[in-house]
Amino acid sequence: MTSKKARNSLVIVSLVFVAFLVFALARDIHLNGIHIYTLGAIAPDLALPGGAMVPIRIILEVDGMSIFMGIIWATVSLAAAIFSLSHMARETGQTRFYTLLLLMVAGCFGMILTGDLFNLFVFLEIASISGAALIAFRTRFADAVEGGFKYIVISAVAGLMFLFAVGLLYGQYNSLNIGYLANVMQYGTLDMIALTLFLISLTIKTGMVPLHMWYPDSYTVAPANITAMLVITSHACMYAVFRICFTLYGITLDATTVGWIIIIIGLLTMFVGVTMAVFQTDVMRFMSYHAISQMGYMWMGVGVGLAVLGNPEALATYGRDAISGGIFHILNHAMYKPLLFMTAGALFHRTGTRDLNKMGGLGHNMKFTLILYIIGTLSIAGIPPLNGFASKFLIYESVYQFNPVLAVVAMLVSIITLASFTKAFQSAFTGPQLPEYKDVKEVPKPMLIGMGILAAGIIFTSIFPGLIVERIVKPATDALINQAAYVNGIMGGMP
Amino acid sequence: MMEYIPLNFPFLAAALLVGISFYILIFKRNLIKLIMGIGMLASGVNLFLVALGYRAGGNAPIYTDVPEGPMVLPVPQALTLTSIVINVAVLALMLTMVILIYRHTGSLDSEKSRKMKG
Amino acid sequence: MLSKIVRTVANQLILFILIFGLYVIAHGHLTPGGGFQGGAVIVSGVVMLLVAFSSQELKKSLRERLLSITESTGALIFSILAFAGIGTVFFYNFLVGTPIFGRIPATGPGPGNIWTGGFIPLMNLAVGLKVVAGLSAVVLAMALFSSGEEIEE
Repeated sequence: MTSKKARNSLVIVSLVFVAFLVFALARDIHLNGIHIYTLGAIAPDLALPGGAMVPIRIILEVDGMSIFMGIIWATVSLAAAIFSLSHMARETGQTRFYTLLLLMVAGCFGMILTGDLFNLFVFLEIASISGAALIAFRTRFADAVEGGFKYIVISAVAGLMFLFAVGLLYGQYNSLNIGYLANVMQYGTLDMIALTLFLISLTIKTGMVPLHMWYPDSYTVAPANITAMLVITSHACMYAVFRICFTLYGITLDATTVGWIIIIIGLLTMFVGVTMAVFQTDVMRFMSYHAISQMGYMWMGVGVGLAVLGNPEALATYGRDAISGGIFHILNHAMYKPLLFMTAGALFHRTGTRDLNKMGGLGHNMKFTLILYIIGTLSIAGIPPLNGFASKFLIYESVYQFNPVLAVVAMLVSIITLASFTKAFQSAFTGPQLPEYKDVKEVPKPMLIGMGILAAGIIFTSIFPGLIVERIVKPATDALINQAAYVNGIMGGMP
Repeated sequence: MMEYIPLNFPFLAAALLVGISFYILIFKRNLIKLIMGIGMLASGVNLFLVALGYRAGGNAPIYTDVPEGPMVLPVPQALTLTSIVINVAVLALMLTMVILIYRHTGSLDSEKSRKMKG
Repeated sequence: MLSKIVRTVANQLILFILIFGLYVIAHGHLTPGGGFQGGAVIVSGVVMLLVAFSSQELKKSLRERLLSITESTGALIFSILAFAGIGTVFFYNFLVGTPIFGRIPATGPGPGNIWTGGFIPLMNLAVGLKVVAGLSAVVLAMALFSSGEEIEE
């Protein structure tokens, strides 16, 4: 038994150490600007050695937006690892489970912190392969293996299309570095084809609406904490879309057309997601349809900002606030959606079923889970004291100035979200206590600690929303809009 | 004879491979045929990456038995090698999952072995 | 289990395949080749043995614990070599200039010198170990799994 304790403590200690390093780096970047790191050179920031014109070697480049995603991922992966100490305790092969979990953490961090297009592809594939193996981990369930198979097929096709687009850009400009490509990009026909391939391949992985059929099937059958980590992986693919649209192409692309395409994607995603979620009976499937619908808010907010990118006074009036709203919604969603998935996992851990028709009256026994579920529901529906309201209000008031119809649809979707979550709450927790659940106890302590970390983050953001927006979200927005700072980090002021 | 083959013939071959593999992914129902389609898509993209590195009059970047003259950069070959390694891992994972699905449901048809609807 | 002729020929051929695979791994910094390519050649030899003898016979020689330890050793050597130059930068080639693998080669074509390249030949060996152990374990596990038996933890 000592080897089991050693393995568990190694995993938790290394994740705590990584979280500490990420927070230290965040403080350094907010004080000192963009940092780069060249792998294998004489000194870490020597991107152009010996007077070369083109940056050589793989360069990692971290600015405000990258470290924002890094903070989210460090927190959620620590909470998910603590949750799995007792949720997966009855499975065999646990050493392999923790190996795959640490591989997935490394893959997603590589995707967030890199400044090189091919490096992004390699880490995207690492995160996809380990994610698919983790979804199909409990091989005694037939639908778990089917969900994992769908995930790996979609990820393989998306990754290969991404590689095709990287090959197109490499053949024209002979470099793979994002900063250098942003400097020499001319928007020809081949670059338009490459942009289309990039957008399609990355938005398939985030669950965009015409191609979202695989998303509920895969996220329902995974263990609950793995679904929490996979939601953040799809956020990282959304981050890759923003990096390509704002930093790699920048002013040269046709901002109005691409911005409107992203806005229409956001509208469809919001609406279809929430209408499919209303009549589900499986609690994890219900929550994954809501995850699709909340991504639509982020697409819409940042799409409005992209559509006015070439228009300086509209950008200063409401464009910056729209992008800030979208990015703040990423932060809030990354805190309440994993919490909701973990409460569904807690229900499954104690009752052995995911069907809402069979559960009932569990609020008498599982009091802490009830409180955490209420915090998550109030946050996702946008009820005033909690943080969901702050980010949704920022999106409503800036999108309304762009086009009023979008804000009205967004408010309607929010109302339907609240209605469906109330129905799920009533059928799972309230009501008379059923005889087969009479001696169901509360979930074990590690699961409560994991959920408690996320709930503490929600309450902190609800009490000080202005502080979070000033210190974390505003530097991320400025880093996205300011393409010249990213290029100067690599080229060092050369023309 | 060599001048009758147009210079962008490798790119046409890569486009043909990608097109056929998309037809397979959309219209075929057998799970093993899906995996073969993904392998064909990988071959098409790898052929495209290698064909990008051709420079007229260049030589291979190796040491032994190569004529004098400028050498091409080895970057596209490194990209292709990394892509091949990743595809080996993805194909191994997909084949293992098909074995497990066959054990649970007894059929390789993707319509009969689906259990989740709605 | 195939016939006696096939088993005898496979027993003789595996030696040549092993030597060729080690040649491809060891000369990765001079000729086309390297860690993954040489490892895949050796694994094709293992697959030939798997087809000639049945998977039950091969399970007695290639035990699962040995393969797992070899694979982890390869990954650990790779990480230690990458972290060894952390005083300068991560992945810094600290063996250039030292007598072990560190000579600077002449520019242009000619017979290459095997004592060049820094820590790249050592990393090729580590990757070759990992690929041989990993892919053999995958192939053996699939063969055992299809014939109805499971591999333990």
